Formats: sequence, C-alpha cells, structure tokens
Amino acid sequence: MIDYIQPDYEVVRNKELCIKCKVCVRQCANKVHMYDEKRDVLYVDNSKCVNCHRCVTLCPAKALKIVKTDHCFKPSANYTEDIIKDIYRQADTGGVLLSSMGTPKSYPVYWDKILLNASQVTNPSIDPLREPMEIRTYLGKKPEEIRYLPDGSIEAEKYSNLELKVPIMFSAMSYGSISKNAHLALAKAAETLGTFYNTGEGGLHEDLYKYGPNTIVQVASGRFGVHPAYLGAGAAIEIKIGQGAKPGIGGHLPGSKIGPEVSRTRMIPMGTDAISPAPHHDIYSIEDLRQLVYSLKEATDYKKPVIVKIAAVHNVAAIASGIARSGADIIAIDGFRGGTGAAPTRIRDNVGIPIELALAAVDTRLREEGIRNSVGIVVGGSVRTSGDVVKAIALGADAVYIATPALLAIGCHLCRSCHAGRCNWGIATQVPELVQRLNPEVAARRLVNLVSAWAHEIKEIMGGMGINSIEALRGNRLMLRGVGMTQKELDILGIKHAGE
Amino acid sequence: MDEIDQMTERVAEERREGNTRIPSGCAICGYFSRSGRALPATDAVDAMSYMHDRSNGLGGGFAGYGIYPDFPDHYAFHVFYDNDRAREETEAFLKVRFDISNMERIPTRKVYGIKGAPLIWRYFGKLQPEIMAHTELDEEEYVCRSVIHINTKIKGAYVFSSGKNMGVFKGVGYPEDVGEYYCLGDYKGYCWTAHGRYPTNTPGWWGGAHPFNILDYTVVHNGEISSYDANRRFMEMYGYKCTLLTDTEVITYIIDYLHRKRKLTLPDVAKVIAPPFWEQIERMEPKEREKLTTLRNMYASLLITGPFSIILGYSGGMMALNDRLKLRSMVAAEKDDVTYVASEECAIRSICPEPTRTWSPAGGEPVIVELDKENGR
Repeated sequence: MIDYIQPDYEVVRNKELCIKCKVCVRQCANKVHMYDEKRDVLYVDNSKCVNCHRCVTLCPAKALKIVKTDHCFKPSANYTEDIIKDIYRQADTGGVLLSSMGTPKSYPVYWDKILLNASQVTNPSIDPLREPMEIRTYLGKKPEEIRYLPDGSIEAEKYSNLELKVPIMFSAMSYGSISKNAHLALAKAAETLGTFYNTGEGGLHEDLYKYGPNTIVQVASGRFGVHPAYLGAGAAIEIKIGQGAKPGIGGHLPGSKIGPEVSRTRMIPMGTDAISPAPHHDIYSIEDLRQLVYSLKEATDYKKPVIVKIAAVHNVAAIASGIARSGADIIAIDGFRGGTGAAPTRIRDNVGIPIELALAAVDTRLREEGIRNSVGIVVGGSVRTSGDVVKAIALGADAVYIATPALLAIGCHLCRSCHAGRCNWGIATQVPELVQRLNPEVAARRLVNLVSAWAHEIKEIMGGMGINSIEALRGNRLMLRGVGMTQKELDILGIKHAGE
Repeated sequence: MDEIDQMTERVAEERREGNTRIPSGCAICGYFSRSGRALPATDAVDAMSYMHDRSNGLGGGFAGYGIYPDFPDHYAFHVFYDNDRAREETEAFLKVRFDISNMERIPTRKVYGIKGAPLIWRYFGKLQPEIMAHTELDEEEYVCRSVIHINTKIKGAYVFSSGKNMGVFKGVGYPEDVGEYYCLGDYKGYCWTAHGRYPTNTPGWWGGAHPFNILDYTVVHNGEISSYDANRRFMEMYGYKCTLLTDTEVITYIIDYLHRKRKLTLPDVAKVIAPPFWEQIERMEPKEREKLTTLRNMYASLLITGPFSIILGYSGGMMALNDRLKLRSMVAAEKDDVTYVASEECAIRSICPEPTRTWSPAGGEPVIVELDKENGR
C-alpha cells in the first residue's frame, strides 16, 4: 500500500558537530535514529519523529535540531495539510483519529484578552516583600449561620474543607496514562507545597498511599481501583463526570499499557483494555448523582469533601447549579482546551466551550441563586501561567487545576503523542526503561519550583492591586478589563472593556 | 432653590454615583458620650474645619444620634428631591405605609459655597399596624426595603437617612459649610460622626456625600477598598443592591448584614471585615483560633482589603475600625465620658484640647463605645 503521508518533521544533523556517540539512537523510543555500522553513518527515519526533543536535548555535541518540513501540499486555506493528512489516515485504517494533550486549534484564548488592574495614587499598592500576602484557600461548602454560645464562643455547621497553601492543584492524570514516577513526583510536590494532586481514574498505587493527605482520589465511570481503602486514603473524593478534552465520552487505556502494577492498581486483568464508559451507569440524572455523592460520603463518614468534575459544555451554568444542590462540596470545571492522554481528535477539537466563559457563567449563576457559598469552584483546562490563575480567581474561581504546565515542568515537550505510549521523557508511558528516565525527586523539585514561582507572581500581582488576601480577589471582576472583545463576550465574562 | 435654577446646576446624569465608580480620599471624625449627654453638633463642624485640606469641597456630612427626643420612636426619613413630582410620588408611597406625624422642609440657610441643593424634606413616621399584620418581614427589614424601593424606583427621590431618633445631614461642599447650611447649631446628640470628601472626579450629587445610612446605621469612611467587587457581588447574593457603586455603601450593607441579619457581635463583625492574618490566627488559643478560622472562612468574601478607616454609628453605640494594615490614619482619644475618633489628632484637640488618653488604634482592632447600661438604648 502506498503511504500518502509524508513526515511532518525533519531531523537535521550537523555532521561537523556530531561525534557519533549514538545517544540519539539509544534515547529514541520511536526508533527515528539508526546507525549503520558497515558504513559508520547515522541516519534517520523522519516519518517516526514526533518532535519530542529527547535526542536534541540529550545530544552532547548539540548537533541535532528538528525542523518542520517545508515539503508541502498545494496551499489551501480550506483543505489544510492537517485535514488532508487526517483523511489519508482514516482512509488507511478506517479508524477514529486519536490525539493527545489540548487542542492545537486557534480558538480564542480569553485569558489573553483580559487585562489586570493595579493601584495608583488613590490607594496604595502593597509590597509582598514587606507585608504579609495571603493566598491560603479553603475549598468547600461554608456554613450559612453561626450561633453564639453563652461563653461567647460560636457554633456553626462543620463542613470538611480542603486547605490549600497555594490556590493551585495538580489535576487528574491516571496511573496508567502517566507513569508511576510521574505520579510519585506529583504526590511529593503536592506534599511539599501544601496542596493536592489527583489520582485520576486509575486507582492509587500502594506505594503512594502515604501521600494520602495531599491526594484527591477520583471515582470515574470505569471505577478502576475503587475500594474502601482507596476512598479512605485521600483527602477528598472526586467524581469524574467529564473531561474538558473529551466531553461526553469515556476513556480508553490500551491493553499494552496494563502491566502487572497497573493491573493490580486498577484491579483489571493484565493486557486487557481499560475502557471507562461514557456515562456512569449509575448516574443517568442529577438525582442519581446525589445518591453517588452521599454514598461516597457515607463510605467515608462525612469526613471528606466530594468534588464533582464536569467538562465545560454549553449548559454548564445550569448543570453546575444542579451539582451545587446535589450535596457536592466542590465543583471542578474543565475547559475544552484542556489536555488528555488520549482522546478522539474530532471530539477534542470540536466539543465543549472555553473555561473562561464557563467559569464566568457558573459563578454568576450560583450567585444569582444565592448558593455560591455552598460550593467551591475549581477550574482547569488550560491554565497556563500565574496570570491565568489570577484572572480565573478574579472571575470567581476558588482555585485552579493545572496538568499540562505540571507535565512541562517535569520534561514534557508537548509533542502530543501520549496515546502512542512511547514517551521518551518517561511521563506518558509504562515501558520500564522509559519510566526510569524520570527521576521522581528531581521532577518533584521542578514542580515545587514552578508552583512556588507562580505563588510569588500571584502575590506580586495582588500586591499591585492593593489586595493582600486572596479572598478579596475572588470574584473581584472589577480588577479585570477586556480588550478586543464583543459586548456579548464582555457581558458573559461580567467585565468591562479596557478604558471603561 | 427651585427647579428653574436647578436646570443649570444639574449634574450630568452619568457622573452621578451609581453610574460611575468614584474613589475618594477623606477626613472623618466622631465622638460619643457614654453617659448619653447631649453634645453639640458644632464640635463636629469645628473639628472638620481643622482637617479642611483632607476634603476638596465636593462632599461633607454629619450624622447625629439622640437628636430627635420629641420623636424617639418614629422613623425619621430625610429625603432629597430633584423636583416636586418626585416628592409627591414619594409622599404617596410613604403615606400608604407609615403614619406620618410630622413632615417639613429641613431648615437650611444660604451659605456661600453651597450650591446645587435639591429639595430637602424630613418625615417622622411609624409603620402602620396593618402593614405589619400582612407582611412576612420584620419591621426593620420592611423599612429597609421601602427605602431601597424609593431610592431605586422613584426617579429624583433619595432617602438619605432612615433611622429612629437620629439623622444625617449632608451635601456637596466643605463639611464646615454643609454644617452651617443645615443650621447644625440647633442640634444636640450623644453621638456625632462627620465626613469630608475628596473624590477624584466631580460627582457633585448630594446623595453621594457621606455619611451613608440605612436604618440607624451610618458609616463615614475614608479610603479606597481594593476588594470592592468581591464584597459587592457577595452582598448582592443576599438581596442588597449596590446602586451607588461606592465603598461606603457596600461597607454599610456588610455591617447591616452581619450585625442586624446574622446577629454577629460588633467585635466579630470587625474580625470578619479586617481579620487577623492566618499566621496570627494559628498562634492563638485553640478556642479563639477555631472561632476566627470559622468566621474568616465562612465570610471570606466580606474581608475588606485596601486602605480604610471607618466610623460606624448606630443606636446606642459607635465603632471605629482601620484596615488590617492600617493604611489610613486614625486616632482615638478619651476624656471623661466622651470618646473621640478622627483622621488626625489635631481635629480632636481642636474640640478637646487635653484628652486624658490618645492612642492610635492598631489595624483591625475596633474601638467600640456604647451607652452605659443605665442609660439604655
């Protein structure tokens, strides 16, 4: 069969610099680099290159670079190269196209159309190096009333809240989709930072139970690895209804990734595909969700907050309102630009709505209904920088989930090939030789660095606004202004245009 | 001033409070007699004149408590009208709901520097018994909503004072001129608070001057809070409408919500508005730590950041409070049965040259004074 598809990238080797050490050959799990002993030459198969930079980064002579090929189709603004190639691929295989990580399509990024405020003259900015700057956050339901006791102390309903030292958590990535070393790094970093990482839907490896106080355990439609000890291990339980990158569908971890440890953790046979169904088959309505929320609370003695995670879809405000009334303590909303270990391309690139609009709509709706205080809001799905975090909180979020930035911090180069399972950086793979490339200690340190840096930046920005407590930033939309947006977009975000 | 000359003085509608957010700096002062002695309003006028440079002539006002001994149990409504049509509409609204015992134009005199005055009337009324028989609300809530109704629904009418045995007098001008305009030499009360305004643009609407009032709560405030929209959006969940877009308005609503509706004690209200830092809370005794953690957590959105000093007046008491970093000056003093608070010590010394004690209250630490028990409320 003729292969219609030409490589996307070309590996360029500077022969004058190359010392033929063959690191590239050994490092590339995709087998791009090869060595011909007879001729003593290194050569490449460009068609296998995913542009992950492993060879480029590790080449001691700095002799390699990857370039986008200039080989081209006849240019068309309508039938672009991507579309043509996808059609060839489907004609080859008859299959659903798979992709990884967030959509690369050029949908609007509202974070980049929002600008932040700062104090001048009429009210002083605050220097975070000199004054306390508080970013501690409590996530969960708040009591409505207090009663005074005769001795002057107060009594209020107690709801379990998560205490976050920084308003940033690591979002759900399952053991299976990412490696044990990646999970370990997230767990260690969450512990050091005083925040939480999320197990995703793949259960919790027995070695990681000790990080339970900083773990959110997820219960997804496949119920992989869910048992009483698992529920008891975490600080909170997250019911995953949907994911921003693939709203409306379940997950699929290929049997090739189900080795002995993943098999034991997920409680499924080795080598079998782990398929989580599109809906939870015990949740066909909001009242069913309520039952699951309370089942999980019963199972854990009402000691742990329950998070319900949904994808940002068109009717997200009404859905969130329903969830807030279902007993959930926290709602996590995942925007459609969010990442994934594997999703059908067409779903990832076409389904869902941007997290900025979803967040604004949900926060506004919950306030209109007077129930914003009964639930925490966490957003994820392409929160890329501390600037995005500040904007999210000012729009109304209590905290954010990050995943792609966390993976980038530990070496991911965003080659978007996680679904292939041959991650050269030891992150999205279960191949032991590849997994061991990721040093959990080093990776944890890099994660701590990243989040600490963001925390400093958040404090700096807050200080500039004259705000010294994150509570006063939450929902403070007057601190935001839009640029280059339509009135409708501004109305949905609940912000004014710059200059107003 | 009648409607004809108002036509030239009328402030552009869009520059009114409510159509635009106006930050402002200010001077504040207040004094309170614990024994309930009737103190002259002129002291407040004098004290404010010593802080003349903290105002810029675009707003001044006073609130007095215990000033209507002849009508102690009547709601005293002070109302600004743009025209007689608004007055007639408002009076019709009030008469259906209140037995009005007395209504009159508030006495004023011509003062150089005071212009653009609206029609200013006051009414003393009691809620009609049949209204109470049919409403699900308690009396205060009913009155509160009536005031909000007039202010938002009747064009050209604005109730700027609505408590019992207390009253607000305010306008556009320097505070000492506003005091003279309202003939404040004729009033005495156990508590006075005062405000001089330094807005950063030119609103010039009389309703936008301070003190801000709802029921018997009055707030004078100096500062610009950076948490405004977080506070406002939380309060709007509980039925408050922030129509003036000013810091003072939202602070008043927060106090009304926490103190009147949620029944928090004033020291606890202060701890919600200007809480200690988490690090300080962690070092506290377990009981206190738990209390403050609960309060700070449940009313997180009512924490106020940015500089402020406020004086809250209420029936039988006064509370002064600074933001937790003390980003605005505020001094307190005592002599005999009177407690003084002001933006600057000179203002206090102008009316009480030798106080027995002066101090600078720490950020977040309220100064609360109430009538001695035997004087009742």
